[in-house]
Order: sequence, then C-alpha cells, then structure tokens
Amino acid sequence: MLDTADVNMDLFSSGIRRRRTKMTTNPILQMTDVNKWFGDLHVLKDVSLDVASGERVVICGPSGSGKSTLIRCLNRLEQHQSGEIRINDVVLDGNTANIQAVRREIGMVFQQFNLFPHLTVLRNLTLAPMRARGMSQSDAEELAHHYLERVRIPEQAGKYPAQLSGGQQQRVAIARSLCMQPKIMLFDEPTSALDPEMISEVLDTMIELAEDGMTMVCVTHEMGFAKRVANQMIFMDEGQIVENSPPSAFFERPEHARTERFLSQILAH
Amino acid sequence: MHHTLKLLLVLFCAAMLAGCASSQQWGWYVVDPTLKRGRINLTFLLAGIPWTIMLTICCVLISNVVGFFISLMGLSKNAVLLATYRVYVEVFRSIPPLVSIFWVYYGLPILIDVGLPPFPAGMIALSLYGSAFMAEIFRGGVQSIAKGQFEASDALGLSYLDTMRYVIFPQALRRSLPAIGNQLVIMLKMTSLVSVIGVSEVLRRGNELAVTEYRPLEIYTFVAVEYLLLVLLVSAGVRKLERRMGADERLGGSGVSEN
Repeated sequence: MLDTADVNMDLFSSGIRRRRTKMTTNPILQMTDVNKWFGDLHVLKDVSLDVASGERVVICGPSGSGKSTLIRCLNRLEQHQSGEIRINDVVLDGNTANIQAVRREIGMVFQQFNLFPHLTVLRNLTLAPMRARGMSQSDAEELAHHYLERVRIPEQAGKYPAQLSGGQQQRVAIARSLCMQPKIMLFDEPTSALDPEMISEVLDTMIELAEDGMTMVCVTHEMGFAKRVANQMIFMDEGQIVENSPPSAFFERPEHARTERFLSQILAH
Repeated sequence: MHHTLKLLLVLFCAAMLAGCASSQQWGWYVVDPTLKRGRINLTFLLAGIPWTIMLTICCVLISNVVGFFISLMGLSKNAVLLATYRVYVEVFRSIPPLVSIFWVYYGLPILIDVGLPPFPAGMIALSLYGSAFMAEIFRGGVQSIAKGQFEASDALGLSYLDTMRYVIFPQALRRSLPAIGNQLVIMLKMTSLVSVIGVSEVLRRGNELAVTEYRPLEIYTFVAVEYLLLVLLVSAGVRKLERRMGADERLGGSGVSEN
C-alpha cells in the first residue's frame, strides 16, 4: 500500500511539473466556456479545460454527467453551441476544413470498438492513412504492422474483427487510431464493453502509450489506471467540471463532497 | 429449400407429360419437337427468352443505378433533397407498372413529340418503377449500419465520400443483397407486362401463338415453365453471389477469406 503511494507521489510530482511548464507554452487542447444543449437539456455548462502536450487527463463522473459529450466535442462528433475549442491552434467551428484538420490529429477509441467488420484487421488500419493522408499502400501496411506489433497482435493482421476477442478488437481499434499518427488520443470508456479478464490487456496498451508521452484524454472509471497515468483528474457532474486537480489531491483530499461521494462509491468494490 | 423446388419442378413436368399422354384436354403436339409444326412453334416461343433476359438486365441495371443515386437524396440531411426523394419514391411506387408502360408508350410521345419503340418504352417504364424500390432498399441498407461506423470514420478523418465508399456502402450492399435478389426476380416476371405494347418477349410470343393455334392450355403452361426456369436460374445466381460476398456477417464476415 505504502509502495504504491510512493510511486503515485512520484507520478504526481512529475505531473505537477508538467502543469507548471504548461503555463508558459500554449496548451495543445483548450476548451473555453463551452456550452452544449441537447434540445432543452443543458449537457455541458461553461466547461473550460487546458491540456498541455504530453499530458494525460482522466475524466470520471456518474452516467449522464456529460463526460462522453465533452470528449466527443473535442473531435466534433458533437457540436458545441457556445464557447471555443482550440486544438493544435485550430479553432473547431463549422468550418469543414478545420474539422478535418483537427480529426487527422486526434485519434479516438470507442467503447464499442467500431471496427469495420467487412475489412481485415490490416485493411482497418491502412484505410485512413491511405485515404486521408494519401499514404501509399506499402507505407501504410508497414505502419500498420508496426502498430500491430506495438499492441501485440501482429499475427492477426489477416483476420476479420469478428474473429477476434473483445480485448483484441479494442487493441486493433487503438492501433487503427495510432496509424494516423495523432498528437492526441481520446478514449471514451474503452474498457466498459469488455469482459473483466480482457480489461487489463487494453489498459496495459494505454499505459504504454502514456509512457511514450502521448497526450491523452480518457473517460474511464478504471481508477487504478487513472492513479498510474493521469496528470489531471476531472470529476464531472450534471454537465459541469466539479473538480479538476492532480491525482494526489483528487484521491486523497477532494475539494468537493460530491467528488468524495462518487469516489467512495466506485472505489468501494 | 433448393431441393424442394427441384422436386416440385420434376413433379410438375411429370404431371404435364402424364396429361399429355392420357387426357384429351392436352394437345402437346403444338410444341412437340418431333413434329415439324411443333419445332417451328417451339423455336418461335423460345426466341422470346433472349428478349426477356435482355429487358430484365437493362431494367435491373438502370433501376439499380437510378435507385442508388435517388437513395443518396434520401440519405441526405437537406430538407429539399429529402422531400424530392419522398415524392419520387411515392410517385413511382404507386403507379401500377402496366399504367406507366401505357403512359410512356402512348402518352409520352405526345408530350415530347418523339415516338418510342416498344422495347425502350417498356424499359423506361419498368426501370422507373423498379428504381423507387431499389432506392428504398439502398436507403434501408445504409440506415441499418450502426452509427458507430460513421463516427469511427469521422474520427479517423475520412471524408464523407470515402466513408460512404469504403465503409458504409460495402456493408449496406451485403445486407441488401437478399432484397436486391428478390427485386431481380420480381423484375424478371414484370417484363411480361411489356407484351401488351408488342415487345416480342416470352409472354407476347405465347399470346400470338395461342390465338393462331387455339391451344392456350399447352402454350401458357409452356410459357409458365419458361419463367419458372429463368427465375430458378436467377435465384441460384443470387444465392451464389451472397455466399461469395459473405453476406452473413455473423459468420465473421469471412466469406472472402474462406473461398
């Protein structure tokens, strides 16, 4: 118990250092007073968030709190109605060219994997680099094999998604995003649809990605993973960011009672 | 299923032959290949098959292509395009094909001042009719694809066209294949309607022979068997195509690799 606490403290301090340097450099991802409604439902309320390059943000909160909507606004799968989202110095607005530019730099991993079932694993990986980046087939395949090695399923390249386990499918989905060589990776509850024994293989892949310095925004309730990789912990409730603090403060002495209650609920079992 | 059909077909032919030998009602001499008259009649009747096949192919191709582009309107979010789609489908789906054949053959020439020969007239009428159904089949196929497929494509930075071309349509087509096959069979049988404007396809030739030979029972039986055989052929072809395209994704969508 003490050991892990020490490790955590190391991670925390490095996280804090990152946050300091962030003040002087431009954040790679910036949300300023973002609001979104679904009809009358106010799902994001004045959300502001800065993420520096190389930072890992973990967002948690009860269902319906807006965390998925927040992350989906970052590559404009959802449109925000007011406020500004700036990614890699491109403002996300209705401009299609801007949206495409941002999407090429942001990878996203979904709860339901969303692999293309009619294409082999290899083709799943090469499609976007070839079509959206204009890469040649041989280059794209080389890249695909490289990332399949990294997620440790190089032998599955010729198979179809339905022939893989859930954990393997999610790792293919991660590799597929990485093939676009994104600057930021978004994870929307990547392990929620997995059988328990497959969760760790996906989390391990994500941890390796974090150790390589990838900028990550993850919606997840895997608090072990969060403690291990996060620089910023965010708790959302009813469309608002209730708490945004480094993991040390977040887990040891949350500022808000709501955060504390939520944490005690999900850490109880 | 396939074997049941074969069995039924054999029984049907056997019954006809038996009728031919025993009953006074049947007079198969009209199409008896051992007789000169029968041979001439047979040649005349069978010469309708190429016309029926050609008309079917033309109608299916045109209705597929037109239906595909019409379905794009039905898939857009633009209210004007959506309304146009709705009107197109409702209009061409509601007009009985026989009425539209008459309209194109007898009516349209007055409007555009150019007479159309029976074959193109029939082709246009049936293709428009078929395209409304094809459009609905394609639209349904695309809309049956999970939202996540669009989202994953968007997230990867694929353009709308690439998303449709590489991700959505291939899956939608596989899913629509049984419905498209069905439509093919319906179109094949519907070509018999153009007999009324004088395209000398299978039914027209049967009609003409029946009024000169006074043997409608044998001749229309023969015509029915011609259609039956053609349809069985088409169905077998569609099934083969479905297997080759691995239409059943539940088996892992691996139809291609297992070939």
